[in-house]
Order: sequence, then C-alpha cells, then structure tokens
Amino acid sequence: MIDLNQVGAKGALVEAAEGKWGMVIDQDLCTGCQACVAACAMENNIPFVGEEDAGYGRSMHWMRIERFWEGEYPEVKMTPFQPTLCQQCGSAPCEPVCPAFATVHSAAEQLNLQVYNRCVGTRYCANNCPYQVRSFNWRDYERPAPLDNQFNPDVTVRRRGVMEKCTFCIQRIHRAQDQAKAEGREVVDGEFAPACAQACPAEAITFGRLDDPESLVSQLARQGNGVRLFEELGTQPRVTYLKGGA
Amino acid sequence: MSGTKRSENRQPKLPDSTDHAMEHLRQQHLMLDPKPRGELNALVMESMQTVTWKFWLVVILLGAVVLVGLFGAWGYLIAEGLGVAGVNRPSYWGVFLVNTVFWIGISHAGTFISAILRVFKAEFRRPFTRAAELMTSFGLVQAGLSVFMHMGRVWLSYWLFPIPNQRQLWPNFHSPLSWDLLAITTYLLASTMYLFLPLIPDLAMARDRSSGWRKNFYKILALGFRGTEGEWTHLRTALNIFAFAIIPVMFSVHTIVSWDFAAAMRPGWNSTIFGPYFVIGALHSGMGAVVIVLAIVRATMKHMQYFIRAEHFDAIGKLMLIISMGWAYFFFNDYMVQWYGGDKYTDYLLHWHEAGPLGWMWFAMLVVNIVIPWAVLWNKKWRSNPWVVALVGLLINVGMYFERYIIVPISLTINRMPFTWRLYQPGIEIPLSIGTLAFFILLYVIASKLIPIIPVWEVQEGQMAHSLKKFGRETVVTVSELE
Repeated sequence: MIDLNQVGAKGALVEAAEGKWGMVIDQDLCTGCQACVAACAMENNIPFVGEEDAGYGRSMHWMRIERFWEGEYPEVKMTPFQPTLCQQCGSAPCEPVCPAFATVHSAAEQLNLQVYNRCVGTRYCANNCPYQVRSFNWRDYERPAPLDNQFNPDVTVRRRGVMEKCTFCIQRIHRAQDQAKAEGREVVDGEFAPACAQACPAEAITFGRLDDPESLVSQLARQGNGVRLFEELGTQPRVTYLKGGA
Repeated sequence: MSGTKRSENRQPKLPDSTDHAMEHLRQQHLMLDPKPRGELNALVMESMQTVTWKFWLVVILLGAVVLVGLFGAWGYLIAEGLGVAGVNRPSYWGVFLVNTVFWIGISHAGTFISAILRVFKAEFRRPFTRAAELMTSFGLVQAGLSVFMHMGRVWLSYWLFPIPNQRQLWPNFHSPLSWDLLAITTYLLASTMYLFLPLIPDLAMARDRSSGWRKNFYKILALGFRGTEGEWTHLRTALNIFAFAIIPVMFSVHTIVSWDFAAAMRPGWNSTIFGPYFVIGALHSGMGAVVIVLAIVRATMKHMQYFIRAEHFDAIGKLMLIISMGWAYFFFNDYMVQWYGGDKYTDYLLHWHEAGPLGWMWFAMLVVNIVIPWAVLWNKKWRSNPWVVALVGLLINVGMYFERYIIVPISLTINRMPFTWRLYQPGIEIPLSIGTLAFFILLYVIASKLIPIIPVWEVQEGQMAHSLKKFGRETVVTVSELE
C-alpha cells in the first residue's frame, strides 16, 4: 500500500529526507593536495583536456578543490579548501530538465545517475546544477601513452558530446554489495570507500550510509558544525561540509 | 458599437474634395489607387519572372556562404565536438541558443502582421502579409537548425521526438526542452499552412499566366483552384479559423522558449515575467526585420514601388513605436523585480550586466531598443521614409540580439559557485551564425522569384470593396463591411 502523502510531484515516492549514501568532508583537515582529484580521474577514466581547454573552463574533473581568499592584498587570508563534487541531491534540479531521461534517479541507491548512452548533449542539466559539478565531453580527448594502459574496466569510457559527473563511485558500491551478498551479510560501514576518500591522506573525506544512525558518516554529519551547500534551494544535498570544529 | 454605427450612417468627410486633394490621397493609399485586375496580375507576374544576372550573382554568393559557413562549419563541428565552439563550464549554452531565440523572434512578425492585423481588419497589411509570413517560415527553419547545432550528439536528435521505438525510451515531458520542441514544431507547421492557404489563389493566377516549368510548378501547388464561389467560401472560412487559431500558438511558442530559461534555477533566469517579456521582445525584433525586408524588396524588385508605399512604413513605424514602449515596460518590470528580490547572486549578475566587461552591450541595447525608436518614430515624416524606418529596424534587431546575448551567455557566467565564473568567447558560432543569416536570405531571395510575394487577390479585394471611415481627424480605408 502506497502512502499517498509520500508521493511527490513527479509521482515517484519521496525519498527519505536523509537519503542512503552520503559523504562528509572535513574542511579543517583538507590540505588541498588534490590527491582526491587525481584518484577520481584514474578511477573513473576521466580524460585530460590539456592546458588550453582547462584554462578556458573545460576541465572535466568530477571533483575539484575550490580555494578562495578573504581581504585585500596584502592582508589576504586563505579560507579552507572546499572539495566540490556532485552533491547527489535527493531532489536534483538536473533531473527534470533532461529531455532524454539521461540523468535519472536511482531508486535503489538513491543517487543521481547519468546514462551516457542516452545523453544527446543539450547541456540543460549542467545549466540547472547550482553546484556546477557536471562535466561535458567537449571533444574526443586523446590519452597519451602510457596512460592508455590504465583504464578502469568497471567504468564506461565516454565519447564527445556526452555529459558526465560524479557517481559516488557506484562501481565500488556495487562491488561491495555483491561481495557482502556472496558472503551472506550486510555491507559493513567503512568496508569500502570511493576513490577520493580512499586517496585522501588527511582522511578528510568520510563515506557511508546516512540512513544508519550508527555509521561514522551519520555521526559526523550530526556533530553540529556541518553545512550543506545551498540547502535552502531544497535540493537535499547528501554531502556535508565540516568547518570550524574544535 | 454605437460609435461605429454613427460613422457608418454619416458620409465620411474627405479633407477636400478638389481634384488635387484626391490625387494626393491616391498617391498615398494603395487602396485608393486601383488598377484593373489584369494589370495588377501582370505587375506581380513580371516582378516575379524578371530574373537578372544580379539575382544569380546574389544567389551564388549566398549559396557559397551557406555551403561554407553553415554546412561546412557544421560538419566540422559535428566531427570535432563542441570544443570548437565557445561554450565552457559556466556558459554551457552560447550563441547557438541566442540564434534560436533570435530567429524565433523574427518569425513572430509574420504571424503578428498577417493574423493579428487580419483579425483586427487593419487594411494597410494587405500588400505585405506574404512578405512577412515568408519570414516566419524561413526564420523558424534557422531557429530549428540552431537548436540542432547546439546539441552535443546531433545524430541522436531523433531521441527527443515522441516516436514509438524499440529502445523503450520516451522523451521526458517534464523538461522545458521537450515543450520547446513541440511548440516550435507546431508553430512551424501551422505557420507554413497559414502561409500556403492565402497563396492558393495567387498560385492559380500564376498558373494561368505562365508557361514551361513554371506552369507545371504552379499547377501542382495550386491544387486545382479555379476560383468558384464554393472554393472562395471554403478558403475564407479556413483563413478565418487559422487567423484566430494561430495567434495563441504564436504567443505560446515564445513563452515556452522563455520557460527554458525561466524554469531553470539560475540567478537572472528564474523570473516569472519572462513569458510576456520574450513575446514583446520577439515582436520588437520581428517588426524591425519586416521593415528591413520590405525596404529591400521595394528597392530591388520591379513594380514594388506601387504596392509598398510610404503609408505602409508609416503604419508599421507606429506599431514599432508602441512595441518599443511595451518592451521598455516589460524590461523595467523584469529588472525591477529581480533587483528588488535582493538575492545575492542576482545582485552580482545585474552589476555584471551593466559594469562587467560587456557592459557596453547592455547600454547599447537600451539605446537602440528604446532611445532611437522613441526619438525617430514619433515623426511622421521620418516614419514615411523607408530607409529611415529600415535603419531603425536594423538597429532594433542588433539591440534585440544583444538582449538575448546578455540573457544567455553573459548571464550564465555568473552562478552560485564563484569558483567557476568565467567569460564566454564565441568560436565556430561566428561562421555558423553568418551561415544561418545567409541561408535565411537565400531562401527568401529564391522564394521571391518562385511565388508571388504580393498577395494580389487580397490587394484586389481591398481596392474593390473598401470604404472610407473617419476616426477622429484621420480618414481610414476599411473593408469591414465586406464580412
């Protein structure tokens, strides 16, 4: 029996407010070393766009380290680094605007998925994303040798004209779930991590189940100094940023 | 109602019934300067069949530009990907969508002139309804092409159409782009039918007065129209239905185009006034384009001085002035509400519009869209000069292009993530824009020699059935008694 109070405007069941998978990024710990950016590019077969295109705002990183400063020179003060990636919104602005259903919501994982094969490249999703975290394949980029030997076989390689974005390393989620299922158990908290969290030397990135109140990620998200980017827009972001903690 | 009755009963008083005054009126008004039917037909046929070397030169030049600038550059774009265009991280949309909005705007002129003025029985529309309707269809072709240029994988564009298929995929009707596609397709089909319907009697006229391949061409297109009473009744009924039905389609199409922007959660786009603001902007640029085309047609084609006169530029000039005021009103509304909202990012954006590196564009837009029309078009003498009105129309189109450029790529440079703010620089969009413009002109130039650009039967109807009415001090030619 479907509770009609739970049915949203799109006719789909409204997601539980906390979501399923979530991430906490501690900006007090982040050193801005970009290891997460590199790890993400390796894991997800993200092409190198070259200096010129990157300088023109066409870098395709699914994760970027934003850095800002306060004040006027010479009284300049750095603000904490802000690693920015897809916030895996519970109510995502990118989803309804796609005319081809290429960006859809996974009911099972409660993540935003990008179906590369369906994308026709209208780029409306990227315009409507308040976080500007979607990357577009502006060209067919070449991979200089020997980098052509390090493709991750679990991730599709995208061609020109297709939109892509962070998936919370869904291939790792699925691998962990399959492993747990084969062993007849549930996935244990901390059993696996996305590439960025795995690579972070400062352990600033924590990944896990938000719907499990005992998981590390839920406890960190609840500890009081957490901020979700543009929560006021009603997007229900699943990434919490910790800043100014003790 | 009672006012109309009274004026019907009273014989309208002409300014002066001396021969000199009548002659003056005849020179001014096409409706008061009738020619026999045969002579009118001959004028139009001759203007259509006169093909000089200059015409072929223009066609070859335009064709070369279309081949290189449109199809050549587009092929390169498809083969290389959108990296050769200027779009980048914050400005995912660029000149291609500016062109789409611009050409849909141009296409509004035809419907406005031929449907709205037909419904309101404005007689001055008669000689140039077709010239305007051609702009609608050809403008929409360019708008459609620009949409497809914009797509990352255009070879899969048929996925956007609701065609039953084995991929088990259906377009997402939540997306404003799907609405857009349906609206533009509907408008293209409706406006082409509306262009064709009143063309049938003229095609039949041309069929009866031509020979060779032209005769066969017109024979097929005229659908066997012979001019019987029954055929005319059907034609009039169909035209009446179409004229009323196409007006809401015209309003809806640019409103829906505006929803592509207004429905998105972007500072500067998320504005409820965008619908009417876009419609009035479309009319603004559309009317401007009509006078440019009319001035060129009048100057380059034979016998057009007789059909298109200063009175027509005068009348369109008045409309342009009113539409310019309407545009200024909606612009102020849009600006005021966005500014008053106090959103931090909208505030950055509005400053970026005026004081950013392309601030000159914002000021130029206000000057050519508001100041120049208001300064020039109030004067009847200037309004009656085709080239003055055409120049104002050209400037308005430049201004409206700037307006769309400000709304699409310039507004996209400012978003909620300051780390990504970056300027947009058009790349291959430039040859493609020139190619689209050349394609529009090429289609128009070819059409002007293939189909009668003056709706002869409508002019004849007006000349035969008109009467004079006095509204205030103005004597107006009208055929409102006909129906």
